[in-house]
Amino acid sequence: MILEKKRSDLVTMILFSMVVLSMPIWLNPLGANYPDLLQKFAIFGIFAIGYNILFGLTGYLSFGHAIFLGVGSYTAVWSFKLLSMNVIPAVISSVILAGIVAAFVGFVSLRRSGIYFSILTLAFAQMFYNLAYSVLTPITNGETGLQLALEDPRVIDRLFSTAGEGLPSTELFGLSMSGYSGFYFCAVMLIVAFYVSLKIFNSPFGLKLKAIKSNQHRMKYTGYNTRPYLLTAFIISGMFAGLAGALMAVTDPLAGAERMQWTASGEVVLMTILGGVGTLYGPLLGVVIIKYLENIFSAVNEAVLQTFFDFLPSWLQDTMVVIVSPFVGEGWHLTLGLMFMGIVIFLPGGITEGFQKMKKRFFTKENSESSNQEGK
Amino acid sequence: MSESVLKITNVNKSFGGLKALNNINLNIEKGKVHAIIGPNGAGKSTLLNVCIGLLAPDTGTVEFNGKNIVGKQAHEINQMGLVRVFQTPEIFADLSLLENVMVPALAKRDGSFKFKIFRSLANEVDIMEEAISALDSIGMSDKLYQLAGSMSRGDKRRLELAVCLIQHPKLLLLDEPTAGMARHDTNQTIELLKKIKEGGMAKIIIEHDMHVVFSVADTISVLARGEIIATGTPDEIKGNPVVQEAYLGGSDE
Repeated sequence: MILEKKRSDLVTMILFSMVVLSMPIWLNPLGANYPDLLQKFAIFGIFAIGYNILFGLTGYLSFGHAIFLGVGSYTAVWSFKLLSMNVIPAVISSVILAGIVAAFVGFVSLRRSGIYFSILTLAFAQMFYNLAYSVLTPITNGETGLQLALEDPRVIDRLFSTAGEGLPSTELFGLSMSGYSGFYFCAVMLIVAFYVSLKIFNSPFGLKLKAIKSNQHRMKYTGYNTRPYLLTAFIISGMFAGLAGALMAVTDPLAGAERMQWTASGEVVLMTILGGVGTLYGPLLGVVIIKYLENIFSAVNEAVLQTFFDFLPSWLQDTMVVIVSPFVGEGWHLTLGLMFMGIVIFLPGGITEGFQKMKKRFFTKENSESSNQEGK
Repeated sequence: MSESVLKITNVNKSFGGLKALNNINLNIEKGKVHAIIGPNGAGKSTLLNVCIGLLAPDTGTVEFNGKNIVGKQAHEINQMGLVRVFQTPEIFADLSLLENVMVPALAKRDGSFKFKIFRSLANEVDIMEEAISALDSIGMSDKLYQLAGSMSRGDKRRLELAVCLIQHPKLLLLDEPTAGMARHDTNQTIELLKKIKEGGMAKIIIEHDMHVVFSVADTISVLARGEIIATGTPDEIKGNPVVQEAYLGGSDE
């Protein structure tokens, strides 16, 4: 049984890697095979996986994870400006700095639990967002956002070559990080992140986090100091968010404060809940669904709707366009909201729970049929 | 006189104008079952909370194995070997029975905090075997993967007992372990309590059910209005007129 378990971890990882790396192939028929969207899947996948380690395992609902996303992005861009256009130092420094900021935010916020914890993280998110716009302008470049410039030092790069003409682009030892190569870099990072998450889920540490979610009172009277457990989970998820932020800057070397706005934190909550809180794959499912639908719905405008309802008589066509148009394009969030409401009301465990219910129904049907046949 | 595990000396505790504990002295000996009885509002729960360090007494000391435990945190007191069973069963409702018992077993081995994520739970063979045998001792080893929250109240209580016992405590505190149980379950619990005597574990039992108290206790202390009015063997307590008046006969008035 123990050997089996080990092997199944390996099998899980191989299958997962295959699915992720072959995304350009199987997403092709869905019309989602272009680098920009694929990169988004991988980056938000990392963000949601990390968020799930905190929210899914310990049950602490944070509204401040966009802070670490922003910190990761800013750090990565600064690394591009000061050190090198190579993405490795950018990614490493982003993850470390995001971890440090998460340690600070977590240390303060985790003094409270439940709704008070959520409010504290929300307050931190707003604070960091406003700081990025005001006091920290020398670091964040305020409203304009932090960008690369020709006169940046790039110390490490200058050791090996002189500055070329025009803005350099991000690279991994000569491999440009735009387009598909950018996606594959993000995909490898996603696989690494998923591996860490899988390990945490299957470790005693993960079990203890689940036990904290289930009954923190009992946990304390069982001899556990719960605060360091929560803080560690918070820091790990913050580092995942930092990695996601860094990858955003890797694929597009620009960082703006809107990345830290509370809506960005809210988005990851939506993704995690939609897919299934506390499950391994749920958050990824949520990411793919939300980002894919966002991609489709926000591209639709009135002209597209007109052609879509072309088959109807013209008075009905116009009515349909008027009814549907608020839900597409800029109004895509309205659709997202409805979808989210539907999930929370009918499938509180997210889409993963939906799958499980379906599986159960099919299996019990088969069983009852087979028993009927036996009866005959 | 045998070795003392828990020593409560001159403890006083007031809540505002109410004197909940008045000059309490109590000595729990190794391997003994000490029952604390008394009418509602006598201060039993307060005394228990003082024992586990949840409440700090106004004056006096609480010593566990010679070490002062006043002001210590819950997990520190647990790690010292003082484990508590709650009045309403406190278990991990969202976890399986096996996981419920593995968590305290891990606490015993790993201490109050350990960060090690690259070791798979499936490799913790020792812990798992220990957990299974603990569940076996309460007769639940056939439903390892059932969720704890889906069990009956009596089963939850027995599970909580297993959760506490797997830590091999030096002193076990039981707050009304049979409250709300059916007679059959009560008898099972009594048998279980009698059985677990390994390693000189001492027990404090707070209980309303006299049947339970007289079947398991070695010593009984009677608490009334925040004071201990009598301490002695079950037979001495039964024959004590002061106790008769304050507690046993109290319902006749």
